[in-house]
Amino acid sequence: MIWDAVVAPFADFGFMRRALFGCIAISVGATPVGVFLMLRRMSLTGDAMAHAILPGAAVGYLVSGLSLGAMTIGGLVAGMAVALLSGLVTRVTALREDASLAAFYLISLALGVLIVSTRGSNVDLMHVLFGTVLALDDAALTLLCSITSLSVLILALLYRLLVLECADPQFLRSVSKLSALTHFTFLALVVMNLVAGFHALGTLMAVGIMILPAAAARFWSANVGGLMLGAVAVAMLSSLIGLLLSFHYSLPSGPAIILVAGIVYALSLIVGPEGGLIPRAKPRDPLQIT
Amino acid sequence: MQAALAFSDLTLGYGGQDPAVLRVQTQVSQGSLTAIVGPNGAGKSTLLKAVVGTLSPLSGRVDFGSVKPHEISYLPQQSEVDRTFPITVVDLVSMGLWRSIGPFGGLRRRDRARVEDAIGAVGLTGFERRAIGSLSGGQMQRALFARLLLQDAKLVLLDEPFTAIDARTTADLLNLVKRWHGEGRTVIAVLHDIDAVRSHFPETILMARELVAHGPTERVLTAENQFRARQMCEACAGPPHTCGRSAA
Repeated sequence: MIWDAVVAPFADFGFMRRALFGCIAISVGATPVGVFLMLRRMSLTGDAMAHAILPGAAVGYLVSGLSLGAMTIGGLVAGMAVALLSGLVTRVTALREDASLAAFYLISLALGVLIVSTRGSNVDLMHVLFGTVLALDDAALTLLCSITSLSVLILALLYRLLVLECADPQFLRSVSKLSALTHFTFLALVVMNLVAGFHALGTLMAVGIMILPAAAARFWSANVGGLMLGAVAVAMLSSLIGLLLSFHYSLPSGPAIILVAGIVYALSLIVGPEGGLIPRAKPRDPLQIT
Repeated sequence: MQAALAFSDLTLGYGGQDPAVLRVQTQVSQGSLTAIVGPNGAGKSTLLKAVVGTLSPLSGRVDFGSVKPHEISYLPQQSEVDRTFPITVVDLVSMGLWRSIGPFGGLRRRDRARVEDAIGAVGLTGFERRAIGSLSGGQMQRALFARLLLQDAKLVLLDEPFTAIDARTTADLLNLVKRWHGEGRTVIAVLHDIDAVRSHFPETILMARELVAHGPTERVLTAENQFRARQMCEACAGPPHTCGRSAA
């Protein structure tokens, strides 16, 4: 019974094994970055950047069809451009950052859909928007694993700087000249991981595997290391359950994975010990409030 | 006596507005304990920002005598510390070791002991593992002072360190400031409490956009000088709010 439901789909079908492998790679790479996005209150920035990748990938698609390389490069270029631009627009104009991000995200989405539609079919459009986690080939898996490895490595090197940049940017600037470098390397990490996520889950869902597990982990842990471990675990679990649900009930796999992550988030919100609704409603030990 | 810091004809401002600090010319001697006082909008905080280097002079210059730029520590008025960020008191205080460990170095046993000592010195023993989000305003200021202790700077700049802090904490932290003074460090603090300045700070700089007076506190904080400072600040170009905003 459990064998049939949980193990058999992966044992019997190569595409399921590849999908799971790809999702685990993304979970390990993208969610720790998502934790920092959340801690820096940049979740919406991540969302806008995910959409920004679309026109870039679409141009890649226009040039050479559903080619891994062209769409990756297009996505990276467009993502980095928007990351830099949105910072610039906020700095030089009166527009608040949330508004400028929303503007970028709408323009990018419209532009991307338009570009893909001029040449491709609706199937291709769905492919770009929602990904093809069930059709990951060797090249795509290699790309995902490379990006994850690079991302984890850079994050390890950057860790202390990033924590300082989040917790006390003024202090970091007063003791070190690496503040700006830290910020932009971090944005590059976000874009890189979004492009990886895009291949499996599509532009619309890629940011979900970054943010939702991080947001869920916030209700379980009160330190950065715990948050990252928790988020990776949530992402992996959501991938597994999502893939199985999509297999058994013929659901689109990307949205199934993100929806499971969403359910984990909602449950954490209710029962999580760190500020969840139920623990909060309980009267606290008066000695704790000093 | 050797100067730790010299302002030469220093004019500072924030783009497009009247200068917040106008042609200040003076020097702070090494090892002195100096208060910067003046009405709101007098350019006190602005002056500190120029020393730290976050604000470039419109004209004139800041010269460091015996002090090198990395030997300065600075506690800003409104610390940008994200109180919701999940780190503990130990983590926050350990940041003060940046100069010796940098972005990649590890904490050795000796470093950990120094962190413990600093936390003890500000009276936060027992709070090491507390998240910074759970600290009161006074406790947070104590933690930030512990970080300053570890920074071991030759020149310590404090911008209104005791504003909105309880009396007990203020007294404890003032003792730390005196300890720094006793160790031969140069300390400059922007303060509002004139009584505290009179009883604890030997030197005073009185500002009203321009330098009104600088010297031994009892000679600077005369009724006449203070009256003049207020008048100068009220008279500063444009409607009164211009002056207040430019020093924000």
